Amino acid sequence: MCLGIPGEVIALMAEHEDLAMVSVEGVQRAVNIGLLREESDGPLDLVPGEWVLIHVGFALSKIDQDEAEKSLNWLTGVGDAYTDELDALAASDIT
Amino acid sequence: MRYVDEYRDGDKARALATAIAASCEPGRRYSFMEICGGHTHTIYKHGLEDHLPEAITLVHGPGCPVCVIPMGRVDDAIALAEQPDVILTSFGDMLRVPGGRGSFLDSKAAGADIRMVYSPLDALKVARNNPEKRVVFMAIGFETTTPSTAMTILRAEAEGIENFSVFCNHVRVVPAITAILDSPDLRLDGFVGPGHVSTVIGCEPYEFIARDHGMPLVCSGFEPLDILSSIHGLLQQFADGRCEVENEYARVVPWAGNPKALAVIDEVMEVRETFEWRGLGWIPDSAMRLRPEYARFDAEQIFGVPGVRVADPPACQCGEVLRGAIKPWECKVFGTACTPETPIGTCMVSSEGACAAYYNFGRFSRSRVKEATAP
Ligand code: SF4
Repeated sequence: MCLGIPGEVIALMAEHEDLAMVSVEGVQRAVNIGLLREESDGPLDLVPGEWVLIHVGFALSKIDQDEAEKSLNWLTGVGDAYTDELDALAASDIT
Repeated sequence: MRYVDEYRDGDKARALATAIAASCEPGRRYSFMEICGGHTHTIYKHGLEDHLPEAITLVHGPGCPVCVIPMGRVDDAIALAEQPDVILTSFGDMLRVPGGRGSFLDSKAAGADIRMVYSPLDALKVARNNPEKRVVFMAIGFETTTPSTAMTILRAEAEGIENFSVFCNHVRVVPAITAILDSPDLRLDGFVGPGHVSTVIGCEPYEFIARDHGMPLVCSGFEPLDILSSIHGLLQQFADGRCEVENEYARVVPWAGNPKALAVIDEVMEVRETFEWRGLGWIPDSAMRLRPEYARFDAEQIFGVPGVRVADPPACQCGEVLRGAIKPWECKVFGTACTPETPIGTCMVSSEGACAAYYNFGRFSRSRVKEATAP
């Protein structure tokens, strides 16, 4: 739950406000991107191909690909806690 | 100051270790606390203390949200789960946390409908799919997860979902640091500041630590080189006669935090006057609850939570571990009665807890070797 997991934005989901399809280690999941707005109803500054750091189903910050690799490297070293989190994410369906 | 770009490079690690050693003032000792459980994990996993001069002690802080949930709140959650038609949901990390009457796992085995979810939005979906049930989400975590809970409540409101509520246990990192600063049994020189939580709150809330307590703080990433870099940054401040808040993790943490996340927290929640932390006792202003305007989503208002108070088991020294007053292996039950399979205290439950991190990785640490070879 404390782990920030990097994911690559595949597509914004036009039919769901605030959701984007994000790929995390090859698994595609819907993630809420509403916290990436500058203001409450401001525009979303996010396009496919960009990377985000995800906490409990919400993208909290944008990161670059290099940082995504660093995070993944760190997470892989965390072991079970990370694989448990990935399993939980794979079972998640917030659409 | 500038930090190295590539953090996985052994040469850079060695160079940093050398620079750290050179920055220590001869004869002076330094105690630095890392607040975040993720940092504790990295420190034990990579044996970072072995790369540091003897003069530097790393003290582990209270930044593992699972570790600080008091027994009474676990019992309260189980009491909620036992109400008619209730489905209790929470993060998987909560499953084994011991309460006074056992854990969620025990309660599930006894028939309570307790489900683990990845996101509060998954809990909301359980509510949507089970309109005849009352779905409670036990929300835990520092400011890293608080905005997710707030966003989920706004979503429930927008969708008109009426069978969803939140048992709010979100805690705030700054009052915990204040409690540490006020604790009499600890002398610190500076802080390695938490990474992800600062993505939300930014670096400004830490400025009082430098200004009022004369201790520098460097906000740090999670890789071993991040932490070495942050320690070097702290020492450099002493060498330069500075005392300030620095951001080593600017590649992820904006100085002002995440404005949208702060706005949704403020919309839905307010600060509690006081909240109990496992082992640390009652800390003023240290947690959040739902605002009265959102009372219909507040499990504490809807169900009348018992408000159980349970003293920690006498053998448990989690409080001292969470305050950094003792190292995990100094607890009398560490590794014997208390293991990750049979935890007595919370610090052994979560992989970010200092005791679990030390149990899994710590056997090579310098301090442990020193302790093992002591006459
Ligand atoms: S060994 Fe167990 S009881 Fe002792 S401080 Fe660690 S978690 Fe708490």
